[in-house]
Amino acid sequence: MVKEAFDIDALIERHGRERSSLIPLLQEIQSELGYVPKEAIKAVARELDIFEVEVYEVLTFYAQFRLTPRGKHVIKVCLGTACHVMGGQDIFNYVSQVLGVSAGETTKDGTFTLERVACLGCCGMAPVVAIDDQVHGRQTISKVEKLLREHAANDVGKGEHVTKDAK
Amino acid sequence: MAFKGKVLICQGTSGVSGGAHIVSEALKQKLHESGLSDRYEIKRVGDRGLFRDVLIDIISPNGYRWTYERVSVEDVDEIVESHLIRGEPVKRLLAGDDYRMFFEGQLRWVLKNCGEIDPEDIEDYISVGGYEALRKALHEMTPEDVINEIAASGLRGRGGAGFPTGVKWRICRGYEAPTRYVICNADEGDPGAFMDRSVLEGDPHSVIEGLIIAGYAIGASKGFIYCRAEYPLAIRRLKIALQQARDKGFIGKDILGSGFSFDIVLKEGAGAFVCGEETALIASIEGRRGMPRARPPFPAEKGLWGMPTVINNVETLANVPRIIVNGAGWFSSVGTDGSKGTKVFALAGKVKNTGLVEVPMGVTLRQLVFGPGGGMARKGYAFKAVQIGGPSGGCLPEELLDTPIDYESLTQAGAIMGSGGLIVLDEGTCMVDVAKFFLSFTVAESCGKCIPCRVGLVRLYEVLDRITKGEGVEGDIEFLELLGSAIRETALCGLGKTAPNPVLTTVRYFRGEYEAHIKDRRCPAGVCVPLLRFEVDEGKCIKCGRCARVCPVGAIAWERGSFPIIDRSKCIKCRACIIECPEHAIN
Ligand SMILES: Cc1cc2nc3c(=O)[nH]c(=O)nc-3n(C[C@H](O)[C@H](O)[C@H](O)COP(=O)(O)O)c2cc1C
Ligand code: FES
Repeated sequence: MVKEAFDIDALIERHGRERSSLIPLLQEIQSELGYVPKEAIKAVARELDIFEVEVYEVLTFYAQFRLTPRGKHVIKVCLGTACHVMGGQDIFNYVSQVLGVSAGETTKDGTFTLERVACLGCCGMAPVVAIDDQVHGRQTISKVEKLLREHAANDVGKGEHVTKDAK
Repeated sequence: MAFKGKVLICQGTSGVSGGAHIVSEALKQKLHESGLSDRYEIKRVGDRGLFRDVLIDIISPNGYRWTYERVSVEDVDEIVESHLIRGEPVKRLLAGDDYRMFFEGQLRWVLKNCGEIDPEDIEDYISVGGYEALRKALHEMTPEDVINEIAASGLRGRGGAGFPTGVKWRICRGYEAPTRYVICNADEGDPGAFMDRSVLEGDPHSVIEGLIIAGYAIGASKGFIYCRAEYPLAIRRLKIALQQARDKGFIGKDILGSGFSFDIVLKEGAGAFVCGEETALIASIEGRRGMPRARPPFPAEKGLWGMPTVINNVETLANVPRIIVNGAGWFSSVGTDGSKGTKVFALAGKVKNTGLVEVPMGVTLRQLVFGPGGGMARKGYAFKAVQIGGPSGGCLPEELLDTPIDYESLTQAGAIMGSGGLIVLDEGTCMVDVAKFFLSFTVAESCGKCIPCRVGLVRLYEVLDRITKGEGVEGDIEFLELLGSAIRETALCGLGKTAPNPVLTTVRYFRGEYEAHIKDRRCPAGVCVPLLRFEVDEGKCIKCGRCARVCPVGAIAWERGSFPIIDRSKCIKCRACIIECPEHAIN
């Protein structure tokens, strides 16, 4: 069970109970917890006096929301137009192959979550990869390999290579 | 007191990712150590539009200016010691011809302050004439005057459709209602466009000022800025700017003693391209799924919470204060008959200088790509097409490079002005793959409300997917044309109506490439992986060994003076070698 690590009263205090507060509420919960847990959905529905399904309806419509926890590092590979023509898909395929996960999935050890995004607005530096919202431009397969290695090392503290075993 | 010199450091997303923060800290430290802190002031500015991180300008106390590009922490000591202390600029880091070329031929109105002022300091904006337009509008003009001025300037919406802004405002004001709203559309969903982001990061107050003036003109009580969540820096700067404007009394009750009260709320998008469409955007602000609805009624009549609402794009609003200050005549003196003023383009792809380019309406695509763009990026790869207008736009070939940039000419060519994304493609780009790319995007982003878009786009995608896998059949091209046109006629909103454009224009201008995939099972550009054999063409290979060095899995064996050998069992088909090869020798 996930503990209710969000303070619904404080959130309501800040955002109010209007229907238009729904998305900002969910956004704040997600930015605190990294995802929107079931308990939060219940609490929000209760406070806004709407059905839980209405909360789900919104959560599943917007790409930003996640219903499951994310890994320690979130890798976003940009597949916008500029990045696509500059080889973003190749980079995505490589990362996906190395980590053994596809888009939206997290490695088994919980280190990396891989996501595809459509344009980070840094098209002049294409292809772009963002790790934990830090943007890295002009990526190549060897640069990405290094980035992954650094992040894995930082975290596990062993300096080991990221290989398929990382899942 | 003597004038202080300035060191400007570009700190937009591009600068920051290149390490601008670290360079800035190091500079501060070094200036301090060298006892220069009181002679030079370090100033954070937004991105100037050219991706040359880290970009630094030194303005001497007597006004001379030098620009350094690609500065790293290691260069800081040298710059300070050589340039600031000994008066000898560091030649190897000075911005070169490309930099000059990039800015020549531009007319920077909207981008005027980007890279020149501190976006987090309202005083800096005010010092270059900021909020003068607001003062003028509130004190010297009636709302009708403002509307007439904007209408007379010929300003048209920069968010895609190009609707005349003054007309939109007049229509909205014409509807009696308890209140009205105005929304700034900062959703910038077109993947490959970053004009709005740069303006928000580099000059947020110009957009806010435009929004307040729009609110005054239509008689709105409240404004919203709907900014996409993928732009954390823009959101942060907007929050700061809004607070400062509030503290200064530009937002709030009885603004500047005029009796006009107006508040602005910042709304973060949640990752849905369709929310850039105005009716979907409204649904999203209301806290619902962002699904478009049929128009009419247009938002100007029934918009947010049923009230008359004006929605304008970031760049449209950024133009407003300048028009109010300089007058409609000034604005309309630039451009073509139907398209006035300037347009900012996000130039990206296979072009030498990528970045933001602002040019007068009416210049040709060629002037843009080979002027500021500096021509093609890679030796040996010739120009093939420009993609303009994003997922709603089209790919225009070499023959159409002399098309002038204005709303009508671009539409006629099968593309659209769109928001301003402009991606240059070279011989290493497969047009079928590009069409498939856009379709995969629109398929994913379709909200699913209408059948032509929900089902039709998937069918288009399936055919393209087959073609890129070497499973195309006779009749596929005709089917794409037929279905594409049908979707264009019948979809509910702009997303679906324009989604076939990338397919239809590539079929129209690059039919031969489709045929090569279908009939010869060949991808001439070397992109579609299932059609590639990963063989070295010994007739073209110059035995340079770059492919072997770049292969991430060590699948290529090479010795000096001999042809590389690719081990198919190790190869993961990542295409690193194909991209690296200077001679197109691997296919
Ligand atoms: C699918 C779709 C996406 C859109 N995305 C945007 C966008 O990201 N930014 C924008 O300003 N307009 C976008 N538009 C256009 C808006 O609906 C609207 O026309 C525009 O914001 C009006 O402002 P303007 O008159 O200042 O251009 C989009 C339209 C469609 C159909
Ligand atoms: S396309 Fe990748 S940052 Fe814009």
